[in-house]
Amino acid sequence: MAFLELNNVSKGFGGPPVLHGVNLSIERGEFVAIVGYSGSGKTTLISLISGLTQPDSGTVKLNDLEITAPGPDRGVVFQNYSLLPWLTVFENIALAVDQVFPNHSAEKRRQLVETAIATVNLTPARNKVPRELSGGMRQRVSVARALAMDPQILLLDEPLSALDALTRATLQDEFERIWEKDKKTVVMITNDVDEALLLADRVIPLTPGPGATLGPSVAVTLARPRDRKALNHHPEFQRLRAHIINELLGYNARRRSTVTKKLILPDILPEDLDLPRTSRTRPLRPHELKKESITVGL
Amino acid sequence: MKKFKLDWLILPLVGIAFILGLWAVSSVTWAKDLPSPLKTWESSKPYVLEPFAKRGEMDQGILRFTWYSLLLVAQGYALALIIGTPVGFCLGLSKSFTKTFDPIIQILRPVSPLAWLPLGLVLFLGAGKEAGTYGALFTIAICAMWPTVLNTAVGVRAVPQDYLNVGRVLKLSRWKTLTKILIPATLPYMFTGFRLSLGIAWLVIVAAEMLTGRPGVGGFLWQEYNALIYEHIILSIIVIGLVGFGLDRLMGLVERRFKSV
Repeated sequence: MAFLELNNVSKGFGGPPVLHGVNLSIERGEFVAIVGYSGSGKTTLISLISGLTQPDSGTVKLNDLEITAPGPDRGVVFQNYSLLPWLTVFENIALAVDQVFPNHSAEKRRQLVETAIATVNLTPARNKVPRELSGGMRQRVSVARALAMDPQILLLDEPLSALDALTRATLQDEFERIWEKDKKTVVMITNDVDEALLLADRVIPLTPGPGATLGPSVAVTLARPRDRKALNHHPEFQRLRAHIINELLGYNARRRSTVTKKLILPDILPEDLDLPRTSRTRPLRPHELKKESITVGL
Repeated sequence: MKKFKLDWLILPLVGIAFILGLWAVSSVTWAKDLPSPLKTWESSKPYVLEPFAKRGEMDQGILRFTWYSLLLVAQGYALALIIGTPVGFCLGLSKSFTKTFDPIIQILRPVSPLAWLPLGLVLFLGAGKEAGTYGALFTIAICAMWPTVLNTAVGVRAVPQDYLNVGRVLKLSRWKTLTKILIPATLPYMFTGFRLSLGIAWLVIVAAEMLTGRPGVGGFLWQEYNALIYEHIILSIIVIGLVGFGLDRLMGLVERRFKSV
């Protein structure tokens, strides 16, 4: 019996099912990444595991117990951080700790919060409220909150997708360090294949919705700790990466989509030096606005 | 319009001067019964220069009258908030509560304070001498509570699902969800409602005092109208306006503090 088991799970919201016939089993201590296109039902999958939504058919079991409601044994790190804006970093985490460990002494709980903050290197910002923090810092608070609950399983819903590439890289390294420390079971949803390969033991592609389901899983045998710079030239990494991308692209082969882009061109009109400079009859440096349609087919 | 030094002070003064001019011209041309600005000032002097004097029940300094009115408004307003906020929360939280009570709220909301006051007096006829006070409180509360009710309801409905999900994952009790998530998330909306409610409460007090003849700015205004001392009507209007403006600014400051969260 696996630690987390999804058995033939389907879920829809009125229309055609978003997820259809999803089977997944994850062992204790495993780090599994699920990669897929935007809108393919990744967040729905996490909601099912966290218990925030219930499947239309099939079962979701953790430790052989069916999941029917959300609970603090499954720590969720939401895509948009979901920090309460009126609480400081400390208070946000304390809210979770006080709720999960009501029997600990106040001092013990305070220490748990401080430890969680220190784990994500945010001690200097402990008394700040979320709007005073950068996106990366907010996501670290969110991770600290989930860790402080000492959950059986950590669910990461595209935790880094809202961040810029550099912050993303820093946080990925931080995730790896934290995971190495206590080897929690982790399910991470992502749209970044490199991120999945850097962090996970196993990568599972999600076919595009509607009716999305999980593809065959790919074991990542790269030795840990993984160094992002060395990894780029590692033949095994390149092979896995090509394999997963091909898999994902393969799903999309029959789909064609039109992308409309709004392009703003830089100021390229020369200035007419003969005209008086104060003339306001026309904008001096008009922006060119152009719409362009590209049909993408593979 | 270009900005210049002290424009924030000079432009409003120009506006006031314009209205004063209009008033002065009107008082000597088409509205001969309207006291001129100067006459108004002459006649109002004892009330303004000794704002806390008490010469008789209906002959007191203007700030003393204002104080009476403010006291009554504070009580009625507090009543409006105490009733209105929970009702707003119920409306925001429960669909069936909304279906049950929203139509009746929409019908009661536009009823004028002048219509409520007689009913208030009737309700508290048994209170004897205090009937006027209770009637006025009832009227203020029922007229002023709607913005609080509706804004709170909108605020509760607008609480982001993300925050509620946090509560669900943590298995917060209903009480904790209310105090830790719903109320803080709704506060900015509530304070907008509170500010609008205070404005209405101050509108209602004048009407209530005029009808009940209680000592206060509104009562003073009505009495001086009956006594044909028209200068004091204008004095009262100016004071009512200034106090209302001040109250709004005060609530605006409080509101901004909560909005910034």
